[in-house]
This record gives sequence, C-alpha cells and structure tokens, in this order.
Amino acid sequence: MKHLLSAADLSRDAALQILDTAKQLSLATEQGVGKLPPLRGRTVVNLFYEDSTRTRISFEAAAKRLSADVINFSAVGSSVSKGESLKDTALTLEAMGADAVVIRHNSSGAPHRLANAGWISGGVVNAGDGTHEHPTQALLDAYTLRDHLRGGQGDLTGLRVTIVGDVLHSRVARSNVLLLNTLGAKVCLVAPPTLLPYGVQDWDCEVSYDLDACLEGADAVMMLRVQRERMNAAYFPTSHEYSNRYGLNVTRMNRLSPDAVIMHPGPMNRGMEISADVADSNRSVIVEQVANGVSVRMAVLYLMLGGSESVK
Amino acid sequence: MTNDFLPSGRVVLDASDISRALTRLAHEIVERTHGATNLTLMGIPTRGATLAHRLGEKISQIQGSPVPVGAIDITMYRDDLRLRPARALQPTTIPPEGIEGRLVILIDDVLFSGRTIRAALDALSEHGRPEIVQLAVLVDRGHRELPIRADYVGKNLPTSRAEKIQVNLVEHDGSDEVRIENNA
Repeated sequence: MKHLLSAADLSRDAALQILDTAKQLSLATEQGVGKLPPLRGRTVVNLFYEDSTRTRISFEAAAKRLSADVINFSAVGSSVSKGESLKDTALTLEAMGADAVVIRHNSSGAPHRLANAGWISGGVVNAGDGTHEHPTQALLDAYTLRDHLRGGQGDLTGLRVTIVGDVLHSRVARSNVLLLNTLGAKVCLVAPPTLLPYGVQDWDCEVSYDLDACLEGADAVMMLRVQRERMNAAYFPTSHEYSNRYGLNVTRMNRLSPDAVIMHPGPMNRGMEISADVADSNRSVIVEQVANGVSVRMAVLYLMLGGSESVK
Repeated sequence: MTNDFLPSGRVVLDASDISRALTRLAHEIVERTHGATNLTLMGIPTRGATLAHRLGEKISQIQGSPVPVGAIDITMYRDDLRLRPARALQPTTIPPEGIEGRLVILIDDVLFSGRTIRAALDALSEHGRPEIVQLAVLVDRGHRELPIRADYVGKNLPTSRAEKIQVNLVEHDGSDEVRIENNA
C-alpha cells in the first residue's frame, strides 16, 4: 500500500489485512506496550488545512506509538495564510524528508493531487478531503462494527447499516458506503432530499427519506453531523424540524433490535442529529470509535511504512 | 536416525521423533528448572507458539500442575523489517501470571541466525522483566550470526546455508515432520 486516498482503492483482502493488523496493535496497547518500534526513523507529517480534533490527534498518537517522528502542520499559523500553494508546501515537506503525509484539505481531490503530481516521494493518507472521502474513518467504523457484531473476525457479510443525515456534505458517508460494500454489508442512506448528493441513485446502497422506515432490521445506525459550516443555503426549514424527522432520540433508539449499535463520527451536535440520552446510552459506541481510530491508523501507517518501499 | 549426510527433500524427523524430542525437552526443562515452579513458556508464532503449547502439556503432565503458556510476536522487532514488504502481525498472548520476575523459556521451531531470538528478547522486555530467560528449540541448524545459543535443543541438524529446514506440524500443515530441502 503506497497511498490511502479512497476507500474504493481497498480490496476486501487489503481492508481485512488493515483490520486484522489493527486488532493485533490494539491488543498490544491493551497489554501495556505503550510504544512499538517499527517506524523508528520515519517521519510522518500531519498536513491539516481544515480544523480537526479527533483525526489529527488520532494520527499523531498512532504515528508516535509506532515510534515515528511526527511533524504537525496546520494551515493557520503557517505560510499558507501568506498565500503559499499546496505545491510549494509539498515541496518543502519533501525537502524535509517526509516519509508519509497525512492530509486533510477542504478541497475534494487535494490528497490525490498531492500523491500523483510528483511533488513528493512519500506515501499520502487522505484524512478527509472536502465532501469527498475519509477512508480511515470508514476503516475504524468497519473495525468497530466487526468488533461488536462479528466477534472481531472476518468480514461484515449480511450486516445492515443505516447511515442518517447530511450525506451531501459527508465524506464519511461516501467512504463508508464504498468500504461497507466491499466487506459485504448492506447500506441504507437516510436523508432529506436536499441533503443527498447528485447521483446518489448510482451508489451501491438503498436511499430513503424516511428514518422510521429504516430502523427495523438495522444492525447499526450511524448518525452524521449536520455540517452547518458547509451550508450556504437553506437545506431544511428549522433545526427543530430536522431533528424531529431525522434525529435519533430515545423513542427511535428503543425500536432498534436489542444488539444494534449507534455510531457517530463526531463531532456531535447534541440535540440536533442525536439526542444527549442516545449519545450517552450503552448502545452508543461513539467513544469506542475514537479508541479504535488510533489502532486503525496505526495499522495503516504500519502497512504503508513498516516494510520496504518498493512494493505495492 | 539421521545421517550426517542429508540429501535434499528428505524427512529427518518424523512424527514419533518429534514427539520423543519434545518429551525429552519437557523432562530436561523440569530437571534444570528444579521442578518448573515459576515457569512460563513463550512461543514465537506460528510454529514456535504451537510447540510451546505441546511442551506445556507435557510439562504439566510430568509436574501435575498447569504451566502458563503464551506467545510473543516478534514482527515489529525484526532487524530486516525494511527489507521486505510490511508483514502481517501475529498474536501476542501474555498469560495472566505475566512475565515479570518469572522464568521464561522462549520456544521456537528452528534456531538459525539467532536474529529471531534477538527480536524476541526485545519484544519480551516490553512486557516486563523476567528473572531468567532461556531458549528451547526443536531444531538447531547452526550458522549463528549473533551471540545466542539454545538452552534446550530437540535435535542438532548440521546443514549448509543452501539447505532449507521445513518444520511441519499437524495444527498447520496436516502432519508432523521435519524436512531438509536443498535450495540451491
């Protein structure tokens, strides 16, 4: 694995290898091994053009636990605010000897450009690009689902996952639809018509406008954040109406099958897409998702940088 | 049963030879550890871990009390990690007793360059500080590249570097045997 740009790049075997590796790495952490040696002497750059709490900290923790040197770069407080282009920033990182660049960018396709323009020789990990993809989030979601519903082994054949909310602006939804399909799960997207992207009917999943119709039979419900910062038009009348029709509250939670889990990629708008009672209930695996994120990102970095560089 | 001269593709230990070697190793371990109290066996995956379980059972039968058995994956501690594509990780299991202050015996199928054992010692030290660490192997084929030797050896097999030792175990390969193959 040279780069990780899209969940679509992962075959079933490649995805399972990442999940299995993540499992062993999380066991090592449980056994109290704080630091593992495989990336000693390697440099990982976190290149963040957009705000992030979880993902940046998670990648930083993952790289450090594997003994890599970590350089954190955020657009605020850097030469980007003086107008430096992605290319010039990339050339700077290359000159500093970055072995891998973890990039988050507000433009869809920026990681692809960085990986394929010939600016840098290291690997590129997409940590979220615009409204396009967020493959490590999809991997940690798959890991969490597998851990809870499949005993931490094999793929996700037969699982039914309902993804609810702002699909239009969600890179998490797109990556999840791709990866969950690869692993054999069935996905149902639920959103108001205004929050579904153009061309969604061609995605490999069901699409519905009615949340209540999609709760029965679901093994997991994944709530998406309403991304107000990307909304420059009126997508729904009021937040009250949105949360009435598409929010997950206790009444809806109680209609789920007994072992169904509730997920959210974070950050949550409590009271909007998910009620506080639901977010804090014992059905919710939201905090676990964060912990699993570190293991999954360790696995990705290990598989990218742990071996020789020449091979795919 | 082995000759000093070993033609290629030849079985050098069959199932009963392996079983006898393990029984002898179990007795030696009990004798030299003065009754195997405080003993923990740590196998190196994959086949070393399997052998550790077999040895553990034999020692338990001799002693009449169970011996803690675990596995220690060395993948991330290898010195040739960068020479090949990233490798899959194997499970590490630490018995509930832990390894702190215990007499740990590392178990592997074949002792060759000694680099695996070096890596295992590093991996082990991440989990605690054993009182003593010893090494038991089914086959010692020579050609050491590091100052490491085994405390318990099932069978010494003088080999040339061109030869390959293949250890097959029922759990993984369907049969118990050790073969020598000529790689040249």
